[in-house]
Amino acid sequence: MGRYLLRRLLQLVPVFIGTTFLIYWLVWSVPGDPFAGKCGERACPDNFRAVMTAKYHLDDSIWVQYASYMKNLFQGDFGITFGGREISDIIVTSYPNTLKLAVVALTIEAVIGLGAGVLTGLRRNGFLDNLVLISTLFLIALPVFVIGFVLQWLFGVKWGIVTPTVSSEMRISELIVPGFVLGSASMAYIARLARTSIAENRRADYVRTAIAKGLPMRRVVGVHLLRNSLIPVVTLLGTDLGALMGGAIVTEGIFGINGIGRQVLRSIVTKESATVVGIVVVLVVVYLVMNLLVDLLYAALDPRIRYE
Amino acid sequence: MSEQSAPGADGSGRPSGRLLEVDDLRVEFRTRDGVAKVINGVTYHVDAGETLAVLGESGSGKSVTAQTIMGILDTPPGFVTGGQVRFHGKDMLKMSSEQRRRIRGEGIAMIFQDSLSALNPVFTVGFQIAEQFRIRRGMSRADAKKRAIEMLDQVKIPNAKGRYSNYPHQFSGGMRQRAMIAMSLALDPEVLIADEPTTALDVTVQAQIMDLLAEVQRERQMGMILITHDLGVVADVADRIAVMYAGRIVEEANVYDLYAKPAHPYTLGLLNSIPRMDEKGQELRTIKGLPPNLMNIPSGCAFNPRCPMAQPVCREKLPTLLQLGSGRASACHFAEELVSRD
Amino acid sequence: MSDPSAASLVSTPRIEQPGESGAPANAGLPESAQKQQKPRGLLGDAWLDLRRKPLFWISAAFILVFVVMAAFPSLFTSGDAVNGALSRSLVKPSADAWFGYDVQGRDVFARTIYGARASIVVALLSVIGTLLIGGAMGMIAGYRGGWVDALLSRVADIFFGLPFVLGSIVILTTFNGSGRDNSEWTIMGLVIMSLTVLSWPVVMRLMRSAVLATKEADYIVAARALGAGTGRIIFKHLLPNCLAPILVYGTIMVGSFIGLEATLSFLGIGLRSPVVSWGIMISEAQTLIRVAPYLLFFPAAFLVTAVLSFVTLGETVREALDPKLR
Repeated sequence: MGRYLLRRLLQLVPVFIGTTFLIYWLVWSVPGDPFAGKCGERACPDNFRAVMTAKYHLDDSIWVQYASYMKNLFQGDFGITFGGREISDIIVTSYPNTLKLAVVALTIEAVIGLGAGVLTGLRRNGFLDNLVLISTLFLIALPVFVIGFVLQWLFGVKWGIVTPTVSSEMRISELIVPGFVLGSASMAYIARLARTSIAENRRADYVRTAIAKGLPMRRVVGVHLLRNSLIPVVTLLGTDLGALMGGAIVTEGIFGINGIGRQVLRSIVTKESATVVGIVVVLVVVYLVMNLLVDLLYAALDPRIRYE
Repeated sequence: MSEQSAPGADGSGRPSGRLLEVDDLRVEFRTRDGVAKVINGVTYHVDAGETLAVLGESGSGKSVTAQTIMGILDTPPGFVTGGQVRFHGKDMLKMSSEQRRRIRGEGIAMIFQDSLSALNPVFTVGFQIAEQFRIRRGMSRADAKKRAIEMLDQVKIPNAKGRYSNYPHQFSGGMRQRAMIAMSLALDPEVLIADEPTTALDVTVQAQIMDLLAEVQRERQMGMILITHDLGVVADVADRIAVMYAGRIVEEANVYDLYAKPAHPYTLGLLNSIPRMDEKGQELRTIKGLPPNLMNIPSGCAFNPRCPMAQPVCREKLPTLLQLGSGRASACHFAEELVSRD
Repeated sequence: MSDPSAASLVSTPRIEQPGESGAPANAGLPESAQKQQKPRGLLGDAWLDLRRKPLFWISAAFILVFVVMAAFPSLFTSGDAVNGALSRSLVKPSADAWFGYDVQGRDVFARTIYGARASIVVALLSVIGTLLIGGAMGMIAGYRGGWVDALLSRVADIFFGLPFVLGSIVILTTFNGSGRDNSEWTIMGLVIMSLTVLSWPVVMRLMRSAVLATKEADYIVAARALGAGTGRIIFKHLLPNCLAPILVYGTIMVGSFIGLEATLSFLGIGLRSPVVSWGIMISEAQTLIRVAPYLLFFPAAFLVTAVLSFVTLGETVREALDPKLR
């Protein structure tokens, strides 16, 4: 297990370097004036140009640029916005909100998705089965912003059950609708995956053996069947958490949540490219680490993987 | 333990002193493409301390019979359409599912061909054995673990204590099969059904496993039903043999009689098709034709299209299982001629 | 949209374990009759299954309608999708104009019909690109193995590391920033490129696992033993077997790409006026949702139907092809 972990960590490094370099190159090094569009609609003030050029070694080769950027990054220096604000400050104030929303979304999608998936997987071809199949199809097919609009309008405007946008306190009750919207597609995938996994495993030989041993059905299903069937589902949930932590740009925008996704969107609109890169780098790191954790989780759950 | 019953208690009038009895069992598989008659009136029995080998090729119905006995038949598409399965004289097919469940493992246990897929890959082998003690006997974790290690020892797995915490994929094929045998014996069953236990193993390991099964059976005086298509495996271990074809028993005999003088053309064909050292250089003998399509079994004797001795009567009349004395039976119109030949 | 591992949605063919027949002791007996039915096999069974499913025909019909709509919009409407008269601004739907008029007085029905073209063309081209690139990479990585596989997988990981929305934002703002003035086609091309670049890793992984599963199959080994070259093995033997999950996923991807294009337009970084697409229309309808909900409703309905049709078609084909679900 330790060797496996070490190997995965080592694989992480080149990927991290590759991704961050790619982003850096995209934003700062495309041929042309690196400051084009960086300061909103106007041309950049000279002192800003001077400071940034010195800081990011823009007169040097891209390797030096990247290296110095990375060096700064590891010291916690993400640079400054056009307005002079520390980018790291932006990240620190907005990321916790995103995390809160992510946890709520994950909980909702796990509960509903697993519940629906397990029930229909055990008992196929009933009314519930068709209902779940159709509703999950809709949830997968509709883009998030359409679901977001519809639910915001339904619950916030038409029926007035919740406030259409989320307040700055971010109470859990306010996060339920946005959480549902954010988790809607994943909920559908989880339900379907659980359903398929359980349906497949029901016919497996080891289930037949468990029955032949004379174990009560409760145990055959609850222990033997579920433990195997839910491995892919749990790993999907883990992967999803990684994606959720990547910020829900669309959902945060619709519901007015001040999370990292919103910051990215704002930075795009206001052409604050340095902020964009900084935030994206953080998100990529989080995503990679989460992926690693999910792989470890998978190895912990399935002993066959451990001894590769 | 399972209940004892007085002779004749099942109401049939027949003596029910036998341990396990299959009586005129009929099973069909209903699929989208039609109904396959998989078992068409199978009757056999096994008593304590003896081994019945059920011999047949793929599609003969031997495994399905075993699954019906255990109650693990896939329903749908499989349906029992007639007959009885009596354990200590009581028909299991009429029991409640809870009653049947209790018999599994304690009264009748089963081991399977592919031990890798038959064992749960995410639990240790020790856990799966100890589970029987914990759940069915209410033992504590510690006690169950001890007993499980004892079982692993009994099936001659070296370093049983260490192996307790290994997963199925960490065992070699032969060791894994031993572990599965240990698991099946945990609750001291009276009957053990072994469905092709050695087919997936190397020849040398096959012999070891068969020896283990024989020893275990002797010690515990279990009844054993050995399901196989391998004539070689059967010769050493079986007391009696039932040969199946197209869902029916076509011949029944003790092992010596069957090999010395088969009473059915199918059995004769099987024995003749074994390559022999003293026939080197000659063409291999086969049974011509293909096994029957179970959705469309030939009329009369199901073997008639392939039988070298077939006569018109074989196509018209279904031969019944004719008792030939001294425990022999054969479902062939010309059984007596075959037996008296020399 | 989160990106679950591809294997969860589409299953690859399972390699059969050695079955119950096969010990040589009964050498006299020929193979079971059932094996001889194999040639009809999976595709034949799947087609029989599909033919019966009403969902298959319904979704196929819808797709046909949309494709025709994209190719020949004038068949469906004679209205003008691009120009409008301000005097007709925000006129509600009526018998004259079924979907009403938008803020600039443009015929919403005409725009919805013409919108199909951009949405579907972008999605189709992106899927083709993704399948080609991802499929090729996956095939090479799976077949060659070793360091080639390791290298290609790491490259895929790098692109995997970019969450879709973020990655496309970065790409599109870089090349499509407000300082620049790109033509319609350039913008379309950029959107197609970002969709392709960010989605090929999924297809690559799918193809790679399909190749890995089939590579060691006996018939491949036999082909090699008979002297078949790499090219022949790939095209004649591997590809037909690995193609099914890829194509199925591709069909579903068309649906999700239609949705993604709409999301990008909604965020303002995708297609732009004067191009008409459903995403653009929905984006424009945002602010007016309380006043004129029909501006959102019609293009959204078309969008949803199109996405659903592709996804449903892909799903029904996948279920028909999946032997495990029998």
